[in-house]
Amino acid sequence: MKPYPWLTTLLLLGCALPVQAENLPVARQQELTRFVRQECGFCHGLRLTGGLGSSLTAEALKDKPAETLIATIRYGRTGTAMPGWAPYLSEADTEWIVDALLKGFPE
Amino acid sequence: MTSRKVLLIFLACVVLVFPTFAQELRGTGDLGLIVERAKGSIQLIDTTKHTLLQRVEGLGDTSHASAVFSRDTRYAYVFGRDGGLTKVDLLTGKIVKRVLQSGNSIGGAISQDGRFIAAANYVPGGVKIFDSETLEQVADIPAYSDATQALSRVVGLEDSFGNRFAFSLFDAGEIWLADLSEDPRHPKLTQYKNIGNQPYDALVTPDGRWYVAGLYGEDGMAVLDLWHPEKGVRRVLREYGRGEQKLPVYKMPHLETWAASGNLVFIPGVGRHEVVLVDISTWQLVGRIPVAGQPVFVMSDPTGRRLWVNFAFPDYDTVQVIDVESRSIIHTLKPGKAVLHMEFTPRGEQVWISVRDANRVDIYDTTTFKKLGELPVDAPSGIFFSARANRFGL
Ligand code: HEC
Repeated sequence: MKPYPWLTTLLLLGCALPVQAENLPVARQQELTRFVRQECGFCHGLRLTGGLGSSLTAEALKDKPAETLIATIRYGRTGTAMPGWAPYLSEADTEWIVDALLKGFPE
Repeated sequence: MTSRKVLLIFLACVVLVFPTFAQELRGTGDLGLIVERAKGSIQLIDTTKHTLLQRVEGLGDTSHASAVFSRDTRYAYVFGRDGGLTKVDLLTGKIVKRVLQSGNSIGGAISQDGRFIAAANYVPGGVKIFDSETLEQVADIPAYSDATQALSRVVGLEDSFGNRFAFSLFDAGEIWLADLSEDPRHPKLTQYKNIGNQPYDALVTPDGRWYVAGLYGEDGMAVLDLWHPEKGVRRVLREYGRGEQKLPVYKMPHLETWAASGNLVFIPGVGRHEVVLVDISTWQLVGRIPVAGQPVFVMSDPTGRRLWVNFAFPDYDTVQVIDVESRSIIHTLKPGKAVLHMEFTPRGEQVWISVRDANRVDIYDTTTFKKLGELPVDAPSGIFFSARANRFGL
């Protein structure tokens, strides 16, 4: 039996995150930038400063773990108006979005 | 007098007099505006000639902007997402006045007598009332709920008769009525608690009698009879869709005053790809019409004969037309990606449709469905025609 299997998972996740994000083709990154501003913007505001959905500025998200944010985007939050986007955004897409949100989303 | 002086006087006369002569006299009944959601600007338009008259810039964040009109239909009041309230002269294309009235706003309304503008705010949650002439603040109504001990975001702000405004508290699940008829500086408030979970938008029927709030957090709607506000808020349609799996909603639907015809109101299903028909006399569900996606706007043309429906992501390239009498879809259009809004000319012979990603507004004949023309507009969203000035709840 391997010791601490969860540790390996965590480490893998931790390493995978930035690598995945960097690997996304530039064209896709641009598509996603537009997608987030437009489609997510309906609820979160074109400037992502919040509306019916919460604020998604780097400041507002700074203490939130990336894993939680990724899960929220992929599967939504039951009981709230936040829908799950897994059918339209791959894991790599979502990781890139969260990474970008945490850094301050590009224009 | 030196010739130089004569020339100067002549030039001054030209500058002063020319604009008056250059612009012929015209009415404003066929004017309107289109919001450019990404640019902080609006386009003024002429619905008779199908022309763009002029772009007006400097309106701040227009990503969810909406507008109401003064009762003489000369001025538009534009509510920006950033809390900006801008008064625009439709004839000169000038910004007459602009105030930053809150941090985050969602829309507004104008009082029955045209003297007051009300703005609904998310941050800080509440409603502010302004003098429509000067945009001076007349009253501030913080949406503080005792139940949640916090300010609530305000949605579904609508005007009705008796200089009253009705609105809903999204976070607190309440409906409030503000009566400005006696003392506009101290509106008389009536608060209805526990009206349901997460009211997301509301409509008033064209006669101003019924205020209907849609609920996101649970099934059904909340209805207030403005003829008999003392009777309180009634919950209706609680059985609608019970036990059915809800589909994800990628954009919140809107409730529109336009969605009423005769005895019926038409409501977008929430998490259901259908339009729901409700009989106003009984508040019973009388029909469900399956459509192409999650409806966003369900709008009845001014004759009440047909409904035009647009949809949320990913079906937002489509518009469907429903015949009210037969309750069937009689036409499907594909104007292109991201149809965000539709607006009928006052008597309904044309409909204007904004197609965001195509940077285009399409004009259709509502009888033949033929495209009559198109206009280049940068990322168009809301379209607002001046005839709205003469209706409740728009
Ligand atoms: C239909 C409205 C709606 C749309 C569209 C929407 N969201 Fe949300 N989102 C919400 C709401 C409401 C919440 C707050 C949920 C809560 O109360 O916990 C939320 C929460 C979030 C959170 C969690 C923020 C936090 O502080 O924990 C993230 C991240 C997020 N959304 C990202 C997105 C992204 C990315 C998109 C587009 C792909 C998107 N949202 C589209 C409504 C929406």
